[in-house]
Amino acid sequence: MSLPETVRITEIRRETRSISTFVLDAEIAQSEPGQFIMLWLPGLDEKPMSIACPSPLSVVVDRVGPFTMALHERRVGSLVGWRGPYGRGFRLAEEGPALLVSGGCGVGPMVYLAARASEQGIPTTVALGARSTAALPCASEFQALGANLVLATDDGSDGYHGYVTDAVRELGLIDARPTVYACGPEPMLVAVHRLCLEARIGGQISVERYMKCGFGICGQCALDGLLVCQDGPVFDVQELDGVRDFGHAHRSATGRRLPLR
Amino acid sequence: MGHVEHDKLDISTTLCGARLPNATVIASGILGLTHEVMVRVAKAGAGAVTTKSCSLNPRPGYPNPVVLDWGGGLINAVGLSNPGVEVMTEEIQAAKELLAPLGVPIIASIFADTIYGFGNIARFISEASPDLIEVNISCPNIDHRYQHMFAADPYVAGQVTRHVKRNTDIPILVKLSPNVTSIAAIAEAVVEAGADGITAINSLGPGLILDIETRHPVLAHGPGGVSGPAVRPIAVRCVQAICRAVDVPVLAVGGVMSGRDVVEMILVGATAVGIGTGVHYRGIDVFRQVCRELRDYMRRHEYRSLDDFRGTAAMPSL
Ligand SMILES: Cc1cc2nc3c(=O)[nH]c(=O)nc-3n(C[C@H](O)[C@H](O)[C@H](O)COP(=O)(O)OP(=O)(O)OC[C@H]3O[C@@H](n4cnc5c(N)ncnc54)[C@H](O)[C@@H]3O)c2cc1C
Ligand SMILES: Cc1cc2nc3c(=O)[nH]c(=O)nc-3n(C[C@H](O)[C@H](O)[C@H](O)COP(=O)(O)O)c2cc1C
Ligand code: FES
Repeated sequence: MSLPETVRITEIRRETRSISTFVLDAEIAQSEPGQFIMLWLPGLDEKPMSIACPSPLSVVVDRVGPFTMALHERRVGSLVGWRGPYGRGFRLAEEGPALLVSGGCGVGPMVYLAARASEQGIPTTVALGARSTAALPCASEFQALGANLVLATDDGSDGYHGYVTDAVRELGLIDARPTVYACGPEPMLVAVHRLCLEARIGGQISVERYMKCGFGICGQCALDGLLVCQDGPVFDVQELDGVRDFGHAHRSATGRRLPLR
Repeated sequence: MGHVEHDKLDISTTLCGARLPNATVIASGILGLTHEVMVRVAKAGAGAVTTKSCSLNPRPGYPNPVVLDWGGGLINAVGLSNPGVEVMTEEIQAAKELLAPLGVPIIASIFADTIYGFGNIARFISEASPDLIEVNISCPNIDHRYQHMFAADPYVAGQVTRHVKRNTDIPILVKLSPNVTSIAAIAEAVVEAGADGITAINSLGPGLILDIETRHPVLAHGPGGVSGPAVRPIAVRCVQAICRAVDVPVLAVGGVMSGRDVVEMILVGATAVGIGTGVHYRGIDVFRQVCRELRDYMRRHEYRSLDDFRGTAAMPSL
């Protein structure tokens, strides 16, 4: 059964001007970092959101359009629905260090993954990218988890001046041959993909596509022959090799293939 | 006892001239949006694939949730989202090329909001040369503009069929709704109007599920079509009624989860059997599993082909 369960928002933490963490009065008994829920605003819409914490269930949401704006207008005590968890998450490699690469709203699953890595005693570096210092979310959470934090901003207002993937390359973050885990805008993911293949290191990448059902029925989230909601959203670097649409095209609500902007 | 080897059991079928390597078909609206995924379904063992129902122009459909598992099956109001006939034609052409070596035919599902519209879309989709065309006159989630389901009235259903037939040389299946007093009467009307075969059933209802905390319907559209295990007995009865009333092949859909359910549909006269919600319960591998279970049944009963037992359901004598 997958009817949404409606629960109250118990806490809203502002991370940046456009990003907030929403804590719900719910717990997910079993889930993996990288898995997602479908978050429902009754009477409006329902969208996929990565689990940032399973207990209490939390999501980190960037305000980008009608649905996420409406969510940001909700207050503590508002009722929202959720169903899940769905999809295949990150699978933490037991050997070697972990390098988490995160851009924009890709930070949610990374908070969860960093917590899991910390529990398992895996040495973890988090490379966090954003437009500017004011847009860097959750930095203190990562620090509290004991991760080595590397910041990158497009405008140079904090940390490395430039893209987070260039920081990874130039600051030698892959010298220790970590397993790389990435979530963020697709151009960043393409750069991480290339980096992993070139350096011959393991990598897992979380991909977003337009979702309707979230559980492998409607075919809306197709990425070539892959169903992002079920086969993903996290894919091994190798699985994305030769995938035509990765980095190039996505699909709209009609199913039309459109170039990625 | 004549022991028949598993792989000698013939589970192929011919549906309105199209040869299916096995009798299972993925139902319209389940994974049938893009050619790569349709090919994946065929490789996973489906005997034919059906596209998502396609209209002349692109449609985004309703907001989410559009489909949910309510415990007895699925409830859906997708809003017939589809990329439009132009894109679907490309998808069908691309799929055909990749499906040909597998020997798996493709069924193009079409719909329109007027009787004439059905003729138009049939003409356009025919350019993609699908093996069969399925005419969806039975979606339960229509908006107010459509007023009534075309499948609710024998005259209207017949008119749609006639317009489609006039616009294509490709054999057509007309997809019927269980939400009528006599599905046999509708079947007779569409066959009289030239339907080469019938698909039945589309989802049941619509039904309604509320979230009692917020008092909102759980589907954004409100009502939604019901499918899966809960509707199977109704689907079987509909297929039997149709097979008794008309003499064209029937693609039986509705609640089929297992080989046992396929056998039941064939016993009441089905030529091929569609699976939709079953993909949710058993994954994409459902086709291979169902075929294995079908063969197990045939071996136990020493049937060598589906013809050996098709339409042999016993009639109650009371
Ligand atoms: C697996 C997965 C996990 C995600 N996790 C998060 C997260 O943790 N935090 C977060 O802020 N965002 C996350 N997103 C993205 C989030 O779903 C979109 O930002 C949201 O749907 C935008 O809706 P909107 O109405 O606000 O904006 P719109 O203006 O409608 O859309 C903005 C962007 O979001 C995409 N989008 C819109 N609807 C959907 C949909 N139904 N499915 C997928 N993408 C859609 C659009 O393609 C567009 O690129 C995730 C997406 C996926 C697929
Ligand atoms: C999510 C979903 C979408 C569907 N979309 C369509 C569609 O576009 N066209 C159509 O003719 N039937 C559509 N159907 C109905 C199915 O093809 C099928 O007739 C019905 O679900 C009963 O079969 P099942 O119990 O095996 O699912 C849809 C069903 C579901 C669950
Ligand atoms: S969102 Fe429906 S199949 Fe992935």
